Amino acid sequence: MESQTRQFKSNARAAMADMQLAEALGRLGHGFPLRRLEAIDRLAEDEFEKLRDTARDIKNHTLAHLDLYLEEYEARVTEAGGHVHWCRTAEDARTKILEICRAANAKTVTKSKSMIGEEIAINDYLEANGVAPIETDLGEYIIQLRKEPPSHIIAPAVHLNKNQVEDTFREAHQNLDPARNLDDPKSLLEEARNELREKFLNADVGLTGANFLIAETGTNVLVTNEGNADLTYSLPRVHIVIASIEKIIPTLEDTTNVLRVLARSGTGQDITVYTSFCTGPKRVPDLDGPDEYHVVLLDNGRADLVGTEFQEMLRCIRCGSCLNHCPVYGAIGGHAYGWVYSGPMGAVLIPGLIGIHEAGDLPNASTLCGKCETVCPMRIPLPRMLRAWREKLFERKANSTTARAGLAIWAWFAKRPRLYRAVTAPAVTALAIIGRRRGRFRWLPLAGGWTGPRDLPAPQGDSFIAQYHRGPLGAAIRNGKS
Amino acid sequence: MSAEKNMRRAILDDLKRALGPDDGVRRQAVADRLSAKARHLTPKRGQLEGTARIDWFQSEAERVNATVQRVNSIDAVPQAIADYLAAQNMPASIRMTPDPRLKTPAWNKTALSISEGPATGDDTAGVSHAFAGVAETGTLVFTSGPDSPNTVNYLPPAHIAVIRAADIEGCYEDAWAKLRSMRAGTEASGGFMPRTVNWITGPSRTADIELTLFLGIHGPKNLHIIVIEDD
Repeated sequence: MESQTRQFKSNARAAMADMQLAEALGRLGHGFPLRRLEAIDRLAEDEFEKLRDTARDIKNHTLAHLDLYLEEYEARVTEAGGHVHWCRTAEDARTKILEICRAANAKTVTKSKSMIGEEIAINDYLEANGVAPIETDLGEYIIQLRKEPPSHIIAPAVHLNKNQVEDTFREAHQNLDPARNLDDPKSLLEEARNELREKFLNADVGLTGANFLIAETGTNVLVTNEGNADLTYSLPRVHIVIASIEKIIPTLEDTTNVLRVLARSGTGQDITVYTSFCTGPKRVPDLDGPDEYHVVLLDNGRADLVGTEFQEMLRCIRCGSCLNHCPVYGAIGGHAYGWVYSGPMGAVLIPGLIGIHEAGDLPNASTLCGKCETVCPMRIPLPRMLRAWREKLFERKANSTTARAGLAIWAWFAKRPRLYRAVTAPAVTALAIIGRRRGRFRWLPLAGGWTGPRDLPAPQGDSFIAQYHRGPLGAAIRNGKS
Repeated sequence: MSAEKNMRRAILDDLKRALGPDDGVRRQAVADRLSAKARHLTPKRGQLEGTARIDWFQSEAERVNATVQRVNSIDAVPQAIADYLAAQNMPASIRMTPDPRLKTPAWNKTALSISEGPATGDDTAGVSHAFAGVAETGTLVFTSGPDSPNTVNYLPPAHIAVIRAADIEGCYEDAWAKLRSMRAGTEASGGFMPRTVNWITGPSRTADIELTLFLGIHGPKNLHIIVIEDD
């Protein structure tokens, strides 16, 4: 999709005023993190942490040998009777997918949710060229009908409530009896199941993403709970996999280790309901399966991140855990980020893929609380990379003159600790006295950006350094005992 | 085609530039890893033997809303399926994979109507034989092939999976080892991977509407597992 990352600030303001969105995000912030902890508890002590260490090491090794593993993978896919199509840009990938659809004389394409599909905006492109794409993941189907982008990488319709889904179905499903009661979410599910069943059976091409591409066997792995991916690749004549180059993983055993942290981190399941390993097209005596198997292998800016300080971002397995735990995502949701990714992983990845000049506000939309790194199954140092983008912004003089001047003044004082303390101590005391009655400030001069949406707690009168010096450790330092 | 080859070259060249020369050391590291197929940590929870392993498999499968029934012989399977469908108030009709392992019992002693082959949109219940089970998470492992069309596992609203207790492994890695040894050289390519290996853990579900969990969206609404304990 076209990015709206430049409108981040106004999008975020609008999102924070949206009460229905706040309710939806509240559900998300309570549900997934709790279930993640329960899943970790079902493992023996330390097992989850060890699985995370190994997952990180597997991906680091893979990325350090990515060129070679890609070559191995390609050779195995070809041996199994499949085709690998290397694509440099989103445009290259779109053209290739359309070409395969046209060669198959395809009228409809069923799709199982793919973030790469979102990234290259394949649906709009196919539609404009006379091929009808049909999303089959329930959440993705709902947002396709509403012509919205996903707001979460694993729960694309998390921003909606059931009344909105009902309205969407009533508008889109022409055969739906207006008198039919759809109050119960279960009836919405039945409606979607029935509507999509025929589409699965009649599609000419099935387009899926890939959670992993296994170099050892030339296999693509698909992880779902609904079973939609399996109907998507099993029923049509042609299966197209769209995947980016960093999805490579060496062996089945390596894949198994990373699968053990994927669902636990994302939805808090021990494993998703369906984990499917597809290798090539239907074998000659097989009774079902596609006649053709294509992998559209997309770079789209990733090779440029290899060897840079952002290489570790390529370990990301799109579990959604950093979104589920992020206070900023929890306040504004996914749409405000303005592109297909969001939350901490989006704030790091989007500038890497579309340029920091397009997405400069995103790395700044973080409190750097560090929760994302704490919960990342791949131990990606997201806060470090957010800071690295901020440094790049500062170097490029891309932030506002006021912000730069403010930072320069602060830096001048901060490099002179005695002066810094001399200036800040009276300010802290003054704020403590002024704010004593309410304990917080609803407005402060020069701090409108902070006090607009929230209060600033009043300081209690003293700085940490001052208290430290008064305490026993400070006394020891003063007496030269260190 | 040549445009595609150029893109391939350009992507690989970029990566090689960033990752260092192709001096044989990196190539050796890749070859070593691919041939070692090293196992990593396998969680303690699945590392059980005998009946304890089958019990754990059952409780994990039930925790994710599958139903499990244990019988003592393959000959008990037709009646178990007929009884299950009757209890669910479902038609006594099944779509079954043409799996030789399912051919032994006397199906004609039940009133079940049986069609063989890949699933169609009209089937109400699918019956297939699992390649393996994994106690760790109550997971079934299926492989596709001429005797095991994988649509039977996904398309009908109810899925009845038959598995021998002896085929239930502790962890996924043991199921991979079994696949590697049993299928070595069976593929025309020289590999061992069938078109699909499918891990199934419970019936289909979604939480895409208000994060509320519902069973049975696109895949089966019911997953019934019949474990044969005949040794």
